[in-house]
Amino acid sequence: MTARKLTPGNVFLYGALVLLALFFLMPAYMAVVTALKVPSEISLPTAWDWPSVINWSSFTQAIEKLRPDFVNSIILTICGTIGSTMLGSLNGYVFSKWKFKGSDVIFTLFLFGMFIPYQVILIPLFQTLRAMNLYGGLPGLILAHIVYGLPITSLIFRNFYAQIPTALIESARLDGAGFFSIYLRIVFPLSIPGFVVTSLWQFTQIWNEFLWGICLTRHTANPITVGLANLAGGQAVTWNLPMAGSIIAALPVLAIYIFLGRYFIRGLLAGSVKE
Amino acid sequence: MREASLDKLKAFLTLLPSMILIGVFVYGFIGDTIWTSMTDWGGTGALALEPEKHFIGLENYIDLFTGFLGGGFRQDLVNAVYYSVMLLAGAVGLGMFIAILLDQKPRGEDLLRTIFLYPMSLSFIVSGTIWRWLLAPQGGVNVLPKYFGFKPLTFKWLSSQSAVLVFNWQDILRILLYVAAFVLIMVGMFMLKKNQGKAIKRWLVPGILLGAVVWVFGGLLPDALFMEEEHGFNLATLGIIIATIWQYSGYTMALYLAGFNGISQDLRDAAMLDGASQVAYYRHVAIPMLKPITISAVIILSHISLKMFDLIFAMTGPDNAATGHPALNMYLTTFRGNEFARGAAIAIVLFLVAAMFIVPYLVGQYRQQGRR
Repeated sequence: MTARKLTPGNVFLYGALVLLALFFLMPAYMAVVTALKVPSEISLPTAWDWPSVINWSSFTQAIEKLRPDFVNSIILTICGTIGSTMLGSLNGYVFSKWKFKGSDVIFTLFLFGMFIPYQVILIPLFQTLRAMNLYGGLPGLILAHIVYGLPITSLIFRNFYAQIPTALIESARLDGAGFFSIYLRIVFPLSIPGFVVTSLWQFTQIWNEFLWGICLTRHTANPITVGLANLAGGQAVTWNLPMAGSIIAALPVLAIYIFLGRYFIRGLLAGSVKE
Repeated sequence: MREASLDKLKAFLTLLPSMILIGVFVYGFIGDTIWTSMTDWGGTGALALEPEKHFIGLENYIDLFTGFLGGGFRQDLVNAVYYSVMLLAGAVGLGMFIAILLDQKPRGEDLLRTIFLYPMSLSFIVSGTIWRWLLAPQGGVNVLPKYFGFKPLTFKWLSSQSAVLVFNWQDILRILLYVAAFVLIMVGMFMLKKNQGKAIKRWLVPGILLGAVVWVFGGLLPDALFMEEEHGFNLATLGIIIATIWQYSGYTMALYLAGFNGISQDLRDAAMLDGASQVAYYRHVAIPMLKPITISAVIILSHISLKMFDLIFAMTGPDNAATGHPALNMYLTTFRGNEFARGAAIAIVLFLVAAMFIVPYLVGQYRQQGRR
């Protein structure tokens, strides 16, 4: 790389970038510093100071309190992700390669489900799960995540499968392959990247979800977001615990983002409907 | 031939379960909520398996907008409007700015991109918890200036009681009509370059006319309330807006960056050869080309801001009226207050506002598909 000259433009460029980066990192720094402090050392005026003694016990304490919720979230996220991704893949296959009369309308109707504020379906969802005896536990929450994940997963797979040449499908059909064998032998093996993108997206969404978690589950089936909100919600909280809890609740998705960032961003872009 | 139609049937049958699920869980449920919002479901027996409900028409809505007890909801609605507008301006503006900076290919671009985008992967509950600590009155952001030798700030981020841009809800009809006139005029000004005749006839004249009529005869419009009720932009909401911008400007940055990369280098070189400066290139070439991206970002962000619940819940808790939002109000009314019908009405108001953005957008998307 050629060395850059010290022009006013460059000074502005790097100055602005450094300032912005500091702004974006500020909450992360604050969370780490506070989580590592001994509770007695935490006070408002010195909140930014580095801890004089590094204290890991907030993390063990937070893990102890959040462990059941963490396990719930793992089960919930894995089941919800697998369910919505598999169905989304099949839907995307139909929407892109087996269009029938009206399938584009149905697809648009699907997409609408992605954009509704979920408050509008919350009450009937609550009632339906109660009637199905699914209220309060993980299965009901998993069902909700699968159903409301369908629009986005179908969209991502449809756009992904649109890249597979239709000629490939046509020639397979001439060779006598049918609907399912084309999917299993041609489309599915080609869709590994699509599955990675979609499941990362779903994993992040389900892991981070809060509204259904708090409205549809009882205490024993709370996901991690609800556990964290309870941990941080009390009146006189010592801040080391919520900060440690935040870091623990963020770690799985942060790890995905840092190690598989390319796929994460692709999911992000695919979620914005444009093709 | 028979094989092909069998395959088509299989394709349809594959889609059928999802169609039924979406049909019931999205459209059926929306219908059910609309119906619920027109009943009196609530109170002590609300949680019974077969609760007693009676049809009462639009009473819940009338109550929310003009009733004696709806003041909290009206303040929330006002908050939501300011919140959406400022989030949109902030996240789109900052995201675009960062994308332009990164488009200069600075050193460490990958690392910087990672830094700007990581908030997007966090849960609102996580970021809300951290930001609440950052915005604590005598700590966090407020003491930062101390490290540079200045006095600490004393701004009450999440608990300020002062409001700016206060208006009287009584005049809401007049205000809405003024806004409509303003929008018409703005659209007209925008179109003036392209099609002068149409712009004047369709937009400018009706806009000016509407504004003038409201100005002259506004006093004849019915008052929404029988007494004055003031609402405005609560400064306590600023902290929440900053946290949301922090979380989402990385997302708009990613959108714009992808867009900038999609513009061919030739076009850029050509613009530079014609003597365009960097600023002119972005202003007249790159950003206009990315209009679809801007529209997508606006749609997605406005949808997010309308359902914003978790972040506000985590930052100010459910009891801070100054930072209320209809989405939070809906949860409290329904699941804490057991007023299901009222909660449903709030949800439908949110839904209608969201639909105003989404339906035109989806129709446009659908038409685009048809053309291809």
